Amino acid sequence: MSTQVTAATESLWSGGRSPYAVNSKKFGMWLFLISDSLTFAAMLFAYTYSRVTNPDWPKPFDFSPAIIFSTVMTFCLLSSSLTMVLAVNAMNHGDRKGTVKWLIATMIGGGAFVVLHMSEWLKLINVEHVTPFGNPWGVPLFGGTFFALTGLHMTHVIIGLIYLLVMVVAVGRGKFKAEDVEVAGLYWHFVDLVWMFIFPLVYLMSARVG
Amino acid sequence: MSTYTEEIHHPGASIATFGKVWVMLLVLTGVEVLLAYEQVPTLIMLTALVGLSVIKAAMIIAYFMHLKFERLSLFLTLFPMLIFCIVLMLIFLGDAVRIPNMRPGL
Repeated sequence: MSTQVTAATESLWSGGRSPYAVNSKKFGMWLFLISDSLTFAAMLFAYTYSRVTNPDWPKPFDFSPAIIFSTVMTFCLLSSSLTMVLAVNAMNHGDRKGTVKWLIATMIGGGAFVVLHMSEWLKLINVEHVTPFGNPWGVPLFGGTFFALTGLHMTHVIIGLIYLLVMVVAVGRGKFKAEDVEVAGLYWHFVDLVWMFIFPLVYLMSARVG
Repeated sequence: MSTYTEEIHHPGASIATFGKVWVMLLVLTGVEVLLAYEQVPTLIMLTALVGLSVIKAAMIIAYFMHLKFERLSLFLTLFPMLIFCIVLMLIFLGDAVRIPNMRPGL
């Protein structure tokens, strides 16, 4: 009997320690990211559904410059993910100065993405006359779904930049632990991950060549 | 109520591995852009792009988000449910294919 009690106490699922071997901040972030994934999945699905139901769906993105432009945006985001990983790695080795340096590099990548994305939005609005409620091609759903999807993603990037700024200041002042930088990294990689679906499905599928 | 802060250290990937993953992600992105440039048929392109995106997402989750180095229980708790819900959404795509055929004059 006593042997059974000991075995139960030592079980990973008997309480007192994390069965996932992650701290609660990290687990909380994972749960948030999974729920956020469903939000983006629903919006991507809405975009795809609208596109399939409309045979006259527009192709507003010229290969040059729009697709090349969005490819550069993808490069910025992918590179910022690499610098984020390097920030987490530096913090794991107790190198706070290196962590701040890599976090700033990540912010530069994210900032470049936002600037490029905003200029692309402005071109669509001012030159192509695309708004969330209408466009010259007579498929208002294009503008609605495009701005909702890319707008929600850009909001995530901007929130991520604010989050990273807080981390830069705090880590620079000797606050926060390695796990806090890792949790911020999870959020930033998620933003990158979502773009890996938006870029091909929204931009590349609507590319116009020649 | 305080947060649970058990000190847990996992072995992770090396910087060289992260560099390789980044290069792979760039190469796969290049392949996607090439597909768009070549204007391959829509269905083939959609299948290829979604396939490549899933591979890229898996690489980001596994290496950059460190899930490869976490316990399997964490993966099993989070991801089967997510994949199941996304697959449930896709059920409605059949309806989207049917609607254009219902338009008069098409």
